[in-house]
Amino acid sequence: MEHIVIIGNGISGVTLARHIRKLSDKKITIVSAETDYFFSRTALMYVYMGHMKFEHTQPYENWFWKKNRIELKKGYVKQVETASKTLHFAEGDTLQFDKLIIATGSKPNKFGWPGQDLNGVMGMYHKQDLEALETYAPNKDVCKRAVIVGGGLIGIELAEMLNSRSIPVTFLVRESSFWNGVLPQGESEMINRHIKNHHIDLRLSTNLKEIKSDDNGNVKSVIIEETGEELDCNVVGLTAGVTPNIDFLKNSEIELGRGVKVNRYLETNIPDIYAIGDCAEQHEAIGNRRPIEAVWYTGRMMGETLAQTICGNKMAYNPGHWFNSAKFLDIEYQTYGWVFGERGRPEYEKHFHWKHEDDTKCITVAFHKDTNEFLGINTFGIRMRHEVFDRWLTEKRDIDYVMHHLSEANFDPEFYSRFENEILKAYTNQLQTA
Amino acid sequence: MSNKLNHSMSLAKPDALDISAKQKVALAIGVIGLFILALALFNTNFPNKAVFLTLSLGLIIGGVIVYSREAYLTKLEGIKNDGVWFKSISSRGVWGWIVGVILTTFYIVLYFFPKYLGLGSDGEANTGLIGLFDPLSQLLSGRNASQWFVYGTLYTVAILAFGYKFILKYRHNRYQQLRTISVMFFQLGFAFLIPEFMYVMNNDLPYYDLKSIWPLNYYIFDEWSVNGFLSNGNIGLALLLFGILSIFVFTPILTYKYGKRWYCSWVCGCGGLAETAGDSFRQLSSKKMYAWKIERWLIHVVLVFSIVMTTAVVYTYLGYDKNDFWLTRGVFISLVIGFLTLVFTAVMVFKRNELGKDAKYGAIGFFIVIALLLIMHFTGTTDHLFYVKAGALRSAYGIYIGSIFSGVIGTGFYPILGNRSWCRFGCPMAAILGFQQRLFSKFRITTNGGQCISCGNCSNSCEMGIDVRHYAQKGENIVRSSCVGCGICSAVCPRGVLKLENDSMKGRINPTEILLGNDVDLMDLVNDK
Repeated sequence: MEHIVIIGNGISGVTLARHIRKLSDKKITIVSAETDYFFSRTALMYVYMGHMKFEHTQPYENWFWKKNRIELKKGYVKQVETASKTLHFAEGDTLQFDKLIIATGSKPNKFGWPGQDLNGVMGMYHKQDLEALETYAPNKDVCKRAVIVGGGLIGIELAEMLNSRSIPVTFLVRESSFWNGVLPQGESEMINRHIKNHHIDLRLSTNLKEIKSDDNGNVKSVIIEETGEELDCNVVGLTAGVTPNIDFLKNSEIELGRGVKVNRYLETNIPDIYAIGDCAEQHEAIGNRRPIEAVWYTGRMMGETLAQTICGNKMAYNPGHWFNSAKFLDIEYQTYGWVFGERGRPEYEKHFHWKHEDDTKCITVAFHKDTNEFLGINTFGIRMRHEVFDRWLTEKRDIDYVMHHLSEANFDPEFYSRFENEILKAYTNQLQTA
Repeated sequence: MSNKLNHSMSLAKPDALDISAKQKVALAIGVIGLFILALALFNTNFPNKAVFLTLSLGLIIGGVIVYSREAYLTKLEGIKNDGVWFKSISSRGVWGWIVGVILTTFYIVLYFFPKYLGLGSDGEANTGLIGLFDPLSQLLSGRNASQWFVYGTLYTVAILAFGYKFILKYRHNRYQQLRTISVMFFQLGFAFLIPEFMYVMNNDLPYYDLKSIWPLNYYIFDEWSVNGFLSNGNIGLALLLFGILSIFVFTPILTYKYGKRWYCSWVCGCGGLAETAGDSFRQLSSKKMYAWKIERWLIHVVLVFSIVMTTAVVYTYLGYDKNDFWLTRGVFISLVIGFLTLVFTAVMVFKRNELGKDAKYGAIGFFIVIALLLIMHFTGTTDHLFYVKAGALRSAYGIYIGSIFSGVIGTGFYPILGNRSWCRFGCPMAAILGFQQRLFSKFRITTNGGQCISCGNCSNSCEMGIDVRHYAQKGENIVRSSCVGCGICSAVCPRGVLKLENDSMKGRINPTEILLGNDVDLMDLVNDK
C-alpha cells in the first residue's frame, strides 16, 4: 500500500489527508512537532481570552483519526533524504514514505532586532507561543505593559488578547496607518480610530530599535527607533509577518526560494514530493495573488486539489476569485475580489467608498475606470454573501449593477439595520460630482 | 481540564478576571435580596411582609441591573465572552457546583416537600417563604400564595432581570434584543399575570398558560383539566379548543415558516429562562458525539412516552359505549392510531431520502407506539392500564417527566450540563417541533460559502450541543432538528459565516465536499460525485 506522509497537521495537511482518505485506501501518516491533534490556529486567541478551552479549537474529536485510519506521529523532522525517501527525526528515529507532502506552515518574522530572543519576546503563531504568553502575561500584575511590533492581522489579534486581560498595550506600526499596505486609506483610518477607542496605545510610523534585558534575561523595555524613547514592558510580541517554516529542508535536494518552490500541480523539483499551504511558493504568482499565500483558505484549497492529484486525477491548483476575512477587535472585515490599498494599486482601479456615521461600518468597491467592471469589495461591519459576489465576479458585472443589487448580497442577521439605500445615494452623488 | 498553565500555587486562579468595585457592590445588593428570602425560608416572621417582599425582589433585580450595566455599558459594543471559561461559576468550578446543588435542592423541596417552604396544609395559613409571597398573591388574585406562585414569581423575576442583562450584552444585535423582549413579555404576561387575572374573573378555570402547548403542558388533557374547561361554558371550551389547535394547527404553520425558534427562543418559558438566567452556562453543553447519541435516544423516548401516556390519560376517563358521548375509547384509540399512521406514511413517502438511515429508527418508534396503544386497548380495564392503576400511571408521568426531568435536572443542572439540557434531552415539544423543522420548514442556518476558519466559537456557544463548526467548515447549511434558533452562533462568528434564515425548501440541505473559492471544475467534480 502506498504510504503518504504529510509533514504538518495544520489546515492544509489535514484537509489533504481527509480528502485522500475519501478517495482512496492509501496509508496516511501526519507528522507534527507542535501538537498531538489538529487545531484551528486562528482560534488560539480565544483560548487566551477565555472564550474557549484549547480542546474546543480542535475541529475533530480525538477518535476521528483512528476511525479514518490517519496515523498521527509526533516528532520533529530534522532532515529529508529524498533519494532513499526517508525522514530523519530529531528524536533519532526514521520514517519511509512513498509520497511526501510538506505542509509545515509559517513562522513569525524576526528582523534581527537586538534582544529579539529574550524571555518574554514571542510571536503569536504556534501553540507554544500561546503557552509562552500565558507564562509571561497571565495578568496585568505580572505583565505591566506589553509592546506589539508589527501592524498586521496577528498584531491586532494579540492586542485584543492582551486587552481582554486589562494589560496595557503599546502597538508599534511601521506604516503611517494600520495595515495600509492592504487596506485603502478610509478603511485603514477607521481601524486606527477603533484601535484607539479600545485604549490601545497605537503608534504609527514607529519602528522598534532594540529590546532591553534585565539582569535575568527577561524583557525590561524597548527603545523606539524614531524618538529614542524607552518604554518599560514585560512582554514584546513580534507580529511583523510570517515566513515559510522550512529551515529543516536547507540541506535537502528540494528547491527552495522563500518557500518550497512548486509548480501549479504543487509538485516540487523532486518527484513524489509536494508542498502546500503557507510554506509553498509558486514559481509564478497566479493572477493578482502573491507567490506565497499564507491564508487559511488557500491552504485548505491546496489540500483539496492535491488530494485529487495524489489519487490519480492530476489537477492544477486553480483558485477561484480571491476572498478573505478577518476581525479587527469588534469590527468584522470581509473581502471579495481585489481591492488594493494605496500601494500596488493598478492604475485602472478606481474606488467608491462609503462610511457610516458611527465609524464602525464602511465599504469600498473597486471598479475599472474605463469599463466600469466590478473588481472587488471590502466590507467592514456589514456581512456579505460569498456566493453572490463570487457569481457577480464570474459574470463580470459592472459597478452599477452591483450597487443596485447590493441588498441581495447582504448577510447580516435578521432585523439588523440595512444601509443599501444610503450607500446607493452616496454612490449616485459621488458619481455626479466626480 | 484547562489547557492554561498555572504556575502559581495560589488557590485563587491568578488569571481570573476581577470584577470592579461597583460590581462587587451590586453583587452584595443582590445577595442581601436573596438573604431576605433565606430568612423567610427559615421562618423569620417579618412584620410587614409586603415591604420585605418588595425589598427583597427589588434588591435582587437592582443588583442584577447595576452589575450588568457596569459589565457591558463601560465597554464598546461587541461580543462579551472574555473569561467565561476562567470564571468558576461558568466553567464547572466550585461556584458552578455550589449553585447547581442549591438550585437542585430548591427544586426537590419545591416539587416534593413544599411544606418546608412554608405551605400551609389543611387550611392553615402559609408561613416561611410562601407566607412572604402572600401579599403579592392577594394583590393579583385575592388568594394566598402557593409554592407554584412563589416559583412563578421568582421565575419571572429571573427572566426579567437577566433578560435585561442579556439585552445589554447583545446591544449591537437586534435579533437578540427582540427575542429577549419577546420571552420577557410572554413570561410576564402569559405565564404569570394572565392566569392570575383569569382566576379573578373565573376561579373555576384550571390554571392555563396559553403559550404552554401540549406535550410540554403535559396535564392539559388530564381529566381534572378537561373537566375544568368543559364545566365553564363557552370560555372553557374555547380555551380547550385553543389548546388543541395550538399543537395541531398553529404550531405546524409557524414552524414551517420560521423553524422551531418561533417557540423555543421567542415564546417558551423554559427557553426563556435558559436564554436569560441560563446564558452564562450555554458553553457547558457537550458537543461530543456520544452526547448527541444519548440526546437522540432520550428525547425520542420521552416523546413516545408522552404520546402514549397522554393517550392513556384521556383513555381512562372516556366511556366504553356510545351512550354517554360520541368519543368512546374505541373511537379515540382509532383516531390516535389513524393520525399517527397518516403522519408516518406521509413522511415515509415524501421524505424517505432525507431521513437516510434514521428512517429505520423512525419506523421502529412508530410501531412501538402503535403496539403500546393496542396493548393498552386490549389489556386495559376500567381503572387499570398496562396492569398498573391508571391514577398511579398518571402521577408517575407527572413526577418523572414534569418534575424531575424538566425542573430538577433541567434547571438545577444549568451550571453542570448547560442551560438547555431539558430542551435538548427531554422536552417532547422540542422533539415534535424539531421533527418538523428537520423535514418540513423553511428555516436553516446558512453557511457563507468558504469563509469558515474552523475556530469553534459557534460550537462552543451552542446551548443545544450542536457541533455547528462540523457543518460550517464543510460549507454546509445547518439543518438540525434540535436547533432552537437562538442565533448566538451567528453572533459570535468572527468571520460572518452564519445567518439564520427562512428561505425556500429547495437547496436547504446542501452537502458539499469542496468549498466555494476553489476551481469551479473541481467543485463540480467532487460535489456531483
